[in-house]
Amino acid sequence: MVLTATIIEAFRQALHLIASGNPEVFSIVLRSLYVSGLGTLLACLWGIPLSIIIGLYSFRGKWLIKNFFNAMLGIPTVTLGLLLVMFFSKSGPLGFFHLLYTTNGIAIGQAILITPIIVSYASSALGATDMQVRDLAKTLGASDLQANLAIVRETKWAMALSIISAFNRGFGELGIAMMVGGNITYVTRMLTTAIALQGAMGEFAFAIALAIILMTIVFIITVAINILERLHKS
Amino acid sequence: MNAHLQLNAIEKNHQKVKALDSVSLKLKEGKIFVLLGINGSGKTTLLRIAAGLDEPDKGSILFNDERIQARELRKIATLVFQKAVMFNTSVYDNLAFGLRIRGISEQEISEKVSAALSSVGLVDFEKRKAKKTSGGEQQRIALARAFLLEPRILLLDEPTANLDPNNAMIIENAIRTRRKEKGTIIVMATHNLNQAKRVADEIIHIYNGRILETASTKEFFNHPRNEMSRKFINGELQF
Repeated sequence: MVLTATIIEAFRQALHLIASGNPEVFSIVLRSLYVSGLGTLLACLWGIPLSIIIGLYSFRGKWLIKNFFNAMLGIPTVTLGLLLVMFFSKSGPLGFFHLLYTTNGIAIGQAILITPIIVSYASSALGATDMQVRDLAKTLGASDLQANLAIVRETKWAMALSIISAFNRGFGELGIAMMVGGNITYVTRMLTTAIALQGAMGEFAFAIALAIILMTIVFIITVAINILERLHKS
Repeated sequence: MNAHLQLNAIEKNHQKVKALDSVSLKLKEGKIFVLLGINGSGKTTLLRIAAGLDEPDKGSILFNDERIQARELRKIATLVFQKAVMFNTSVYDNLAFGLRIRGISEQEISEKVSAALSSVGLVDFEKRKAKKTSGGEQQRIALARAFLLEPRILLLDEPTANLDPNNAMIIENAIRTRRKEKGTIIVMATHNLNQAKRVADEIIHIYNGRILETASTKEFFNHPRNEMSRKFINGELQF
């Protein structure tokens, strides 16, 4: 009964927080979207070209690289967070960038975290695309580059799904945001770190309310991409 | 000068299996050459090399007496695959693909696409999803897509396999019309003897990667020179 009451109260609070335009909540949501958006963008910048190389070309060591990214899919965020703190700290090798306790630092950490998702899923989709598409493009006069672009176009929805999955993973991670960001109010506090903090303080209703907002955003983005995919297929 | 494609002593191995063994051919425009042979005889391998999609292990290819590399060959040759391959776009975009690569204006593309679709009996198919059309329609789209590029060499890999007689007839007619209208070197692979009789001007009989016989259709079917060709025509060839 207590749990049910807490959940009902959480929903009520979530609606109230959203409806009242609570500035702290909105700043946390916007910051979280910005950080994960930037992280996803960065991961795409290097992840998509890497996926194309791994998915469409044959070279020595390809198997090893693919397996490395597959293994990195499950890396614990706290492990990555710890490594990044060591690199970003003043005495660390990247200390001169002053990325520790900044949103950009979290975004870079998330980009590293989600790169394996983009590379593994997108390269598999590219590799699985019928190689006859490449032959078709070539026999219609396409160069190697144009033929590869044709394959990329064929897999654009699978790639979009890998990017969305990557964004969702970054958006919902805690370890990097907490360790690299430090959970500083109005500076680096994210939805996940705020939920962890409120939970630790015993403010379950507020924590659940934030969790509902987080889940709703993830759900809306996933449903939107699925609808777009269905529209494209029909 | 009539366009001609010459294959000299072409060899191709798939791992340790010899797919083509010293294949030499001279193919001229204005005729339909039918590459006749049982499954696994090397028809597709030969067409892929003639299309510039694969490189031969040995031998040379000449177009109008000048040596030509695979990359250059792909600019003048188009292969229609046995199973039609479609881009996951509209029929219009499928047909426009090759023309856009060649930098042709959208207005000209639009006119050419309509004419090409009309030539294979698919008027007003432009906006349809290519992958949602039937197998027969897809093969006709593939043929139209190849036609509108006006290739100097048109290669067809069993284009009517798995199609109903009506669709097969439409495709055969379109190929015959093509021979009359344009100076194109046309090579069609098939294992169907009746189709070869209907369509071919010249028969090239391939078996185990070797050319056994090349002859006019009448000569091939009435007086085959090679014992294996005779057996193939009479259905006596042992696999």
